[in-house]
Formats: sequence, C-alpha cells, structure tokens
Amino acid sequence: MAYVAVKGGERAIINSHRLIAEERRGNPDLAELTISQISEQLGLSVDRVMNEGSIYDRDLAALALKQAQGDAVEAIFLLRAYRTTLPRIAVSKPIDTTRMTVRRRISATFKDIPGGQVLGPTYDYTHRLLDFALAAECGIGKPEAELADEPLDSVIPRVIDLFDGEGLIEADISENDEEVFDLTREPMSLPAGRDQRLQNLARGDEGFVLGLAYSTARGYGGAHPFVGELRLGEVIIEIVPEDLGFPIEIAEVTITECQMINQFRGTAEQPPQFTRGYGLTFGHCERKAMSMALVDRALRARELGEDVRYPAQDEGFVLPHTDSVEANGFVTHFKLPHYVDFQAELQLVRQLREQREADQAKEAAE
Amino acid sequence: MQNISGEATQQERSSWMGVLARSRRQDIEDFWTEHGDYFAVEWLRKPHTGLVMVRGRAGGTGNPFNLGEMTVTRCAVRLANGIVGHGYVQGRDRRHAEFAAILDALLQQSDCRKDLLVRVIEPLRARQAELRVEGSRKAASTKVEFFTLVRGENAV
Repeated sequence: MAYVAVKGGERAIINSHRLIAEERRGNPDLAELTISQISEQLGLSVDRVMNEGSIYDRDLAALALKQAQGDAVEAIFLLRAYRTTLPRIAVSKPIDTTRMTVRRRISATFKDIPGGQVLGPTYDYTHRLLDFALAAECGIGKPEAELADEPLDSVIPRVIDLFDGEGLIEADISENDEEVFDLTREPMSLPAGRDQRLQNLARGDEGFVLGLAYSTARGYGGAHPFVGELRLGEVIIEIVPEDLGFPIEIAEVTITECQMINQFRGTAEQPPQFTRGYGLTFGHCERKAMSMALVDRALRARELGEDVRYPAQDEGFVLPHTDSVEANGFVTHFKLPHYVDFQAELQLVRQLREQREADQAKEAAE
Repeated sequence: MQNISGEATQQERSSWMGVLARSRRQDIEDFWTEHGDYFAVEWLRKPHTGLVMVRGRAGGTGNPFNLGEMTVTRCAVRLANGIVGHGYVQGRDRRHAEFAAILDALLQQSDCRKDLLVRVIEPLRARQAELRVEGSRKAASTKVEFFTLVRGENAV
C-alpha cells in the first residue's frame, strides 16, 4: 500500500519543484536578485548562514539564501550538505584576535580602554523606526561613511588582559594545542570538553542559543554577566600546507568575538574572581557571539564546581539540541508519510476502545 | 627542483603567497597585465576547491577549538624550467589559484623576481593596505570621545 502511494507521488513531486521554482522567482516583471546583491546588501543574513552552515564563503551562503527564498535554516542546511562534497585541505593555526583589523570594539566594563570604544557599524543606537527612505523608488544613492584623519591602532589589546597579573579574572591558558575535538569528524561525546562545546555552540542555531542565554540571565543559570569586550573585524588565516612545509597566509575573514565576564563566588580551593565565557563567530553575528559566550559560561558549571541545576548548564540537554539542521530534520520529518505507522496505531486505539467497552459492559452486567 | 630558486627564502615566498591569496583575482589581473600569456605548463595538481578548518582559542588565549571551515582553492604547476609554484587562495576561483601558482613559480626565478615584485606584488600589497587603512579610518570616526558634563550650579 505504502509503495503504491510513493509511486503516485513522483509526478506531484516534480511538479511541486516547478511550482516552488516559480514562487521563488516571484513576479517575473521584477529584476531577479543576483548573488552579489544578496551578499552585498543582505550581509547579516549571509553572515548567519556562513556561521551556522559552518563554511566561510559569502557567495555560497548568498546562493543558498537565494535558493531557500531567504529561509536561513533551509539555507544553512544547503550549505552543510554542500560541505560534505569537499575534501579537507588543512587546519588553520588558531587565529590571533589581537591582530584583528578592528572595525568595531566596545567594552561594557571599562570606559577608558587602550584603543578606545569604537562603535563601528551597528544598529545599537538607531531608533528602530522604519526608514521609508529605503523604500523610495529612486533608492538611497551612495551613503558615505565619515573618515577620521587617522586609522585605529594596528594592535588593539584585549580588555580582559588589562587585569593581567591581578588574578581577578581567571586566565585562559593553552594547555593542549594538539588534540582538538572535531564534530565534523566524530560524533558528539559526553561529557564534552570545552573545545567540543564551543564548536557545537558556534554552529548552533542562533535562536536556540539566544533563548538559552536569556534563560541564564533570567534566573535559570544565575548569570550576572558583563560584556568585557565585543570586537568585530578581519583576522588573517594561516596554514602550513603539507606540500610546502612553511606557513602561508591564505585569507582574511571577518569574525565577531565576545568576552563575557561573570561573577564567581569562589570555592574552598579558589578565591572569588570573575570567570569567563567566550563567543566567536564568522561574520558579523553579535547576538550569536554574546549568546554563545553566556551559554559557554553556563556549561562550565561542572568544571567550576557549581551545581548543575538549570537547562543551560546541562550539556546533556544543550549540546544535542543546538543544531538547526538536526532539529529541523527531526521536527519536520513528521510531515512525511507515516501512513503505515498511523494505520497500526489506529488499529491499536480501536482495539483498546473495544476492549474498554467490553470491560465496561462486563462490569455493568456484574 | 628548487635549486634554481635558491635565493628566495621561505619567508619571502610566504609573504608573496599571502599577498596573492588575499588579493581579488581582478586586482591581480590589473597589475599582472601579461597574465593572459601564461597558462600552466604542467599541472602537478589541477586547481581544486577544498576546505580549511579555521580554529580559534577559548577565551582568545586558551585551548584551540574548531570554529568552522572556509573554502580554499589550491593548485601546483611546473614551469618548463622545472620550477614548481603553489597557489592557495581563499574561495572557489580556480583561475585565481592558477595565477597565484604561476606567479609563485615565476617569482622564484631570480631573473624576474624583482620586476614582478615591483610591478605586481608590491602594488597588490599597497592596495590591500590602502583598503585596510580606509576601513580603519571609517571605524576610527565612530570612536567615542567621552567628556564629563559640568553641572550648571558649579559653572562660573
């Protein structure tokens, strides 16, 4: 029976592809969107898709968005699927964010910081009123940014490092540069190291991670966070190709980094100090980087000797549910034909009802 | 194979390869005007696109973790004189990788290195620096200049 139904669906499926293609195109009297228009003018969408799709390639992400009619989760799925067709050439050296060409950099903990508070391109201080100038038929022309006389300092130190030596903020020191967990190569494994958790969060769905982050600050995680630093800019990617044997720079990529500082009351072994959460994303994804940093901190509960009481602190809850491709796949698969499954359950329910009626009749008779 | 090229140090090579990788192909074509005359003499590795896993560090300074991958296209060519050039470029443009590899090979020959450095590599580097400075000046225009307000009753 199920087999017959699948055969019958073939033409319907092909025709639905044609229908979605027509709908995706929209009104053909209007100009078709180009990939570069998407990549240039819907840059933050592209950034999100690159980040959660886990491939830094603006054109691919823009193409995925076009193909998905702007549906970010669908576009992320497309990018992840494409990823599986490409071989891995190399692994980069860990990026050095102090060498970033900074375009935005703020701290909510210190007003006067070396390098200054640089607002950069942000919607933070806009009034959130719809700007109908953008809807004007003649367009908005070529807005021009202001140019300062001097560029920013070429090396802008981390705000966190200002405390160096005092021990008021925990230090993050590299102890193991060799073994790095890779979710694209090995299945999730609990308990997870911080490397696995950070990779998971970086790829995780922005909405889900944001919700979890929100919960930690609303009483389900005891976080009282400060943004130690948030920075956006370009960093250089360096690899040591096997066939060359010496390091070369291969690219410059845009990233967002967030250093979140959290209060910590201390334990018998450790004096009170601030602890840290870290967020890092491809592109300009500030909300995501901040959320990631909060959830990273919450998930460190176990290693910091705190009680694991809330969902955001529980890696068994958080890590398996962050991935939009998996979550979307599972939730939406329920719409696929379950005719046979359902028939079986239907039969079962009928049977149970018959039995119940029979039992009731028997009881009444007695 | 690289004996002919003995003079170019790894550092120099690394430096021009970085410039070529980060340049847009269009910019390379602008400065390397004879690019049309060069085609790979012999492919040791045809251009193909793959992924590089980008790593970050927890907290910026701690243990590394895998952030995500990026597309990279690479190839290797051998010129008629036996010199091998490698191209590694960001993105999926095969021609860009081919240009980078051929230029890497040409730059390893001491007879044309200086000319190519002057005509191609340095102008590309300058263009990148110029863009960087321009971006940085725009960012600098958004730097907050804090000042403290003086309350009215205290003002003279």
